[in-house]
Amino acid sequence: MKKILFYTNQFFGQIGGEEFAYTEPFVEEGAKGPATGFMAALPDAQAAATIVCGDNYFAENIDKCKDFIRAQVEKYQPDLFIAGPAFNAGRFGIACGESCKLVQGELGIPAITGMYEENPAVDMFKADCKIVKTAKSAAGMRAAIPDMAALAGKILRGEKLGLPKEENYFPMGKRVNVFHEKNGAVRAVEMLVKKLNGEPYETELEISTYEKVEPAAPLPDLKHAKIALCTSGGIVPFGNPDHLTAASAKFWKKYDLAGMDRLESGKFESVHAGYDPVYANENPNRVAPYNVLKEMEKEGEIGEIYPYLITTTGNSTSVADATRFGKEIAEELKAAGVQGVILTST
Amino acid sequence: MVLELRKVAIRNIEFGSPARIEGDKLIVDPDEMKEWMLEDSRIKDVSFDIALPGTSTRILPVKDVIEPRAKIEGETFPGLFREDMEEGGSGVTYCLDGCVVTTTGPIVGFQEGVIDMSGPAAEYNVYSKLCHLVMILEKQDYVDPHEHEKVVRLAGIKLARKVGELAFACEDYTTETYEWGNIGENYNAYPDLPRVVYVYNCMSQGLLHDSYFYGRDSKIIVPTMLTPLEIFDGALVSGNCVSPGSKTTTYMHQNNACIKELYKHHGKDFNFVGIVLCPLMTSLKEKFRNRMLTVRQVKMLGADGALISQEGFGNPTTDLMIVCQELERNGIKTVIITNEDAGIDGMSESLPDSVPEANAIVTTGNSNATLMLPAMDKTIGVLKDIERVCGGTVNSIQPDGRLLIEIHGIMGGHNLQGNTLVGAVTI
Repeated sequence: MKKILFYTNQFFGQIGGEEFAYTEPFVEEGAKGPATGFMAALPDAQAAATIVCGDNYFAENIDKCKDFIRAQVEKYQPDLFIAGPAFNAGRFGIACGESCKLVQGELGIPAITGMYEENPAVDMFKADCKIVKTAKSAAGMRAAIPDMAALAGKILRGEKLGLPKEENYFPMGKRVNVFHEKNGAVRAVEMLVKKLNGEPYETELEISTYEKVEPAAPLPDLKHAKIALCTSGGIVPFGNPDHLTAASAKFWKKYDLAGMDRLESGKFESVHAGYDPVYANENPNRVAPYNVLKEMEKEGEIGEIYPYLITTTGNSTSVADATRFGKEIAEELKAAGVQGVILTST
Repeated sequence: MVLELRKVAIRNIEFGSPARIEGDKLIVDPDEMKEWMLEDSRIKDVSFDIALPGTSTRILPVKDVIEPRAKIEGETFPGLFREDMEEGGSGVTYCLDGCVVTTTGPIVGFQEGVIDMSGPAAEYNVYSKLCHLVMILEKQDYVDPHEHEKVVRLAGIKLARKVGELAFACEDYTTETYEWGNIGENYNAYPDLPRVVYVYNCMSQGLLHDSYFYGRDSKIIVPTMLTPLEIFDGALVSGNCVSPGSKTTTYMHQNNACIKELYKHHGKDFNFVGIVLCPLMTSLKEKFRNRMLTVRQVKMLGADGALISQEGFGNPTTDLMIVCQELERNGIKTVIITNEDAGIDGMSESLPDSVPEANAIVTTGNSNATLMLPAMDKTIGVLKDIERVCGGTVNSIQPDGRLLIEIHGIMGGHNLQGNTLVGAVTI
């Protein structure tokens, strides 16, 4: 029989209200609080134990509480971890989210919880575990239990889960590939007919809106500034020693240019699959104009050129990876005392 | 204008002599084909192979896929071989349905991909369901990359046309007839139905990033009106452009899934009144100019709605978005087709550019997702080139012969005329 380990707080664990919010975590064999409701809805499973912990204690002693939960998971070896539901309770929401993240992410055991959509913990943890949508307050327990139990049952039986709206949990925000019955052109024309007729239709991708990057203010004194050259044009030392990919780069690299006045053809090349590399291979400075910067340095127009090339391939690179590269590169350059950056793209 | 497509179904290919079609079997003569190809002195050597659906066969690196089509009067692929070209799209065109010429050989650039005839990658594209006459081409040493691409492109088209001529002797074919009028006739054909225009984006950005319209580089044209019929006749061919997953091969032009689908609804749900070809250029200035010219032509056609298909990804997403935005601002209801680069884990934002008006999107999947492909009994081409192409890495080839690739390494893996069943959902 499959075993479930439960987590709840002082209130639902029937210890008491706010005055017991500093209760240290303890565990009781079997089902306690909402767990009894879940077990009634899951006759094929067994309640291993219920962990109860005060919300304030959890918030102020997260590492200790996680150690406690880890120990219980090791002891009871559950097949599923159910926390909450936390409804709109902020601290309890975080406790449920943190414990599910630990159990599923670190310990590899499926973990689910339930919350109201405005609970801040939803956005914090929806990518880490399945959070079932619930009502705002504990008055919604009667509805939350069957919803969460239905999901729990599917997980325990190893069934394939439906889409978030079918299973009533908050989307993790993860895009996964699926195979449709109709090809993209058929779906596109059907969507167009609906849109033309003013009928409801569902876009297959919700558009993201991006923060606009304001151009930086000009440097007041270029003659004393240290300037670095970065490129997303995939210029690398000939032979591509670090195997930078032609597309979907997962890293950026820094190459020492000390003693060089330009990027020589035959010593550098492009590995970028998003443009015609012939001209960049003939003269890599066309993409990463190190020669011009060095001339300006010699003529005294720029104080100093940072003697490295910072490079990656900006081709099918995900926004998340590109954002991470930007942060890492900025840290590196700030530490090197660089005041300005020329970033070339292709 | 009327075009009759006579489709001869091909379900098998064999080598033999003389070249002919027997039932649904195409028989081709390698010696004869080699002779045709070596007429181009830039080709050092050429050989041929066959890849059939369901077999344990991998073709790599694939440059183009072309459906054999030929005309008794007039010519298919007009403008590619003769100066005195004729407009495509009228008369009778013979098509070898279910069969393609596929070009491979040493790599030209990073944008060449994989076709598996069975296994998980076969689910991602339509190519795995076709019979491939594979041509492996080697260029002379003096031929530079741009000319290499041209040699391979023209060789593939030439072979497709020559093989297509074998259909002339066939009496067993199915017929599809398409008609296309002038703007006024089209406009008035179904006065009570909303009018729809198809915006046909095509990559126009340099080596392995071009398309060819009547044999001319699409970089040097402005957005222009097309007839669907000339597309069926090969007026637009692939310059073997962009990443394999989103590459519009010549086959995908000839069998454009959007045009096919728009015709199906034409006269029932809407009036399909035109196509505007929009070259996707590199600079922002060109993107804005092409937006203006494309939207103007869509408006001149009197459109109420528009469908935009895509090619490539990254900077072309800007073209897709700004054209969509401008069409919507002009009251033209628009649906777009795109793929996504949501990262290997699917957790990133999907698109590199966006406008709020893009509220009706069909997605052909996350191209960053990875797939482990089983080893195949036979590889046609150069397996090791996977390390250099889009979607591959130096770690792609596993010690046991399996292949780890991203979806956009699979030819047509997220085809942007929507000719794939792949899509993506949020979980």
